[in-house]
Amino acid sequence: MTANATLANKGRPAAASRAREGSPWTGLWAVIAKEMADHLTSARMRILEFLIVLTAAGTVYGAMQSLKGAGAEDRFLFLRLYTTSTDPLPAFVGFLGFLVPLIAIGLAFDSINGEFNRRTLSRLLAQPIYRDALLLGKFLGQLGTLSLVLSAIWLLIFGLGLLGLGVPPSSEEVWRSLWLLLATIFYGGIWLALALVCSVVFRQPATAALAAIAAWLFFTVFWGILGGLLARVVSPVRFGTVQELVAQAQSQLGISRLSPNTLYAEIMVGLLNPGTRSLGLILPAQLQGALLGAPLPLRQSLLLIWPQMTGLIAVTLLLFALAYALFQRQEIRA
Amino acid sequence: MDDPVILARSLTKHYGDFAAVEQLNLAVQPGEVFGLLGPNGAGKTTTILMLLGLTEPTAGSVRVLGFDPVRQPLHVKARVGYLPDQVGFYNELTARENLIYTAKLNGLSRQTAAARIAAALERVDLQAVAHKRVGTYSRGMLQRLGVADVLVKDPQIIILDEPTQGLDPQGAHEVLALILDLKRAGITILLASHLLQQVQAVCDRVGLFHRGRMVLDGTVEALAQRVLGGAYRVRLEAAGLPEALAPMLSSLPGALQVSHAGAGVYTIEARRDLRADAARAVVNGGASLLQLDVEARSLDDIYTRYFREVDHDGQRYTG
Repeated sequence: MTANATLANKGRPAAASRAREGSPWTGLWAVIAKEMADHLTSARMRILEFLIVLTAAGTVYGAMQSLKGAGAEDRFLFLRLYTTSTDPLPAFVGFLGFLVPLIAIGLAFDSINGEFNRRTLSRLLAQPIYRDALLLGKFLGQLGTLSLVLSAIWLLIFGLGLLGLGVPPSSEEVWRSLWLLLATIFYGGIWLALALVCSVVFRQPATAALAAIAAWLFFTVFWGILGGLLARVVSPVRFGTVQELVAQAQSQLGISRLSPNTLYAEIMVGLLNPGTRSLGLILPAQLQGALLGAPLPLRQSLLLIWPQMTGLIAVTLLLFALAYALFQRQEIRA
Repeated sequence: MDDPVILARSLTKHYGDFAAVEQLNLAVQPGEVFGLLGPNGAGKTTTILMLLGLTEPTAGSVRVLGFDPVRQPLHVKARVGYLPDQVGFYNELTARENLIYTAKLNGLSRQTAAARIAAALERVDLQAVAHKRVGTYSRGMLQRLGVADVLVKDPQIIILDEPTQGLDPQGAHEVLALILDLKRAGITILLASHLLQQVQAVCDRVGLFHRGRMVLDGTVEALAQRVLGGAYRVRLEAAGLPEALAPMLSSLPGALQVSHAGAGVYTIEARRDLRADAARAVVNGGASLLQLDVEARSLDDIYTRYFREVDHDGQRYTG
């Protein structure tokens, strides 16, 4: 009897007739609104916001003090606000690369398992929405919160710069820092999506947070060391020829670019330092006829960082797709 | 008779090798209260999830209000309210804010939502505390808020999973009264529980689950007839009993079995109501009769009797 039923099921016509009806986006806005409202009022977000505003104010103030002496001949004075470090403080972008993952993980680590533990998940999914809307709504709500926070800081820095430096930014500088804002949001998107995956996989929010932070630490601290070791295995230097040395350096760079931290760092260099002409190795022969130190126009700088940009976005999408696939298969019973 | 609002045919769900629900046939008529009964892990919750399209059946078909929950889950979920086992809410929000979120997810307009939320809160008698954060609510209030949450979508069918679990008698009573109230409003109710007396109090028909199969279904009366064979159980308490009383009771015409259930307490299972005969026997035997009654045939008896006859080992139960 059971065998018959199973057979009958298998014999059923193609997926088309089994396709589900109704839009997967039903209820998406309700979820996004709820998620953003939750985050913008939560104590967790206030702590993180306080932290990032404090570092922004501190580092930018420090940078302004040292820039005041530099004079006005620098064409990209405003961009120096992000990159100038004054002992003992590192530059603002250094802090950003460090704080954004933390905020992103803090936003997303209990997205799904939190609902599960509050026993609200089955009640939510019993409403006329698909799981798609819940997951995407949460992700977009978190991304929206992150964008809001980062944009606020971006404006804050501009305001501080205007007050402190007394020169308005050029349009080139505004565009460059806008692109930096966009890159930072997607860099945060990667860690959001990673934390989302963890929140689907692990039932305990604490475990999910630890797993996401472990991944972040791995890429921040160990990936560079590991990349060096791997490069020595992949392209060993046997005879010490130039080709071998170059090959090893290339492999090491390639491996380190698997880390979102490297991609983001390269984007920052390309955007904030207009003089940057290449993010990889350059041989002296390739520099023939180049005007060293002359800044590239924005378009050329964008071309330079484009692979890194698409890389960041692609990883974000891939991780979200993974979370999606895992969540669709999950049994929701408590 | 109307078309059934819930119709399941040969519904089957396997998790790997484990059969959570096996060949389930179920038909629930509009306006009735149907109880799914069975021990934990018998397949009640899995059945409910399949009815809502929250988990896919391995085989078989389901129709809820004429819709297929696998292909048209949004239609089903817009018309069916589901109150999960041990329902949870967002503690940091007020009761009303929680319901507003549900209303938004259901795509209700602001006016409709406000009217329905007010009506639902009134019905479950929470309007006075609707502005308080849910974190301050007691378990019974949460359960009533769960009913209000279900009512916001103005459902045609309500599915309740263990609605009285974890409640004190007062809370359980309030929830049961609510269920009867909803029944009077013409809503079809499917109720899963293992608390038999409560189910008996509200359900028109019940289905008994055992290891993923619905082994019995019908009205409580019909089940009693089938399982207990129309038997009566007389409970008797007496003081100063002579040794010979038990054999004397079992020799009464119609008595099937006499068991000694404690100091001076006997239960007699019989084909007829033999209270008068038993009383006479005790008094004539020189003892004093303290208590004598015949038990109403309850689901408890049916349940115990049924499951005493099937063995309990060898199968893995999952929550």
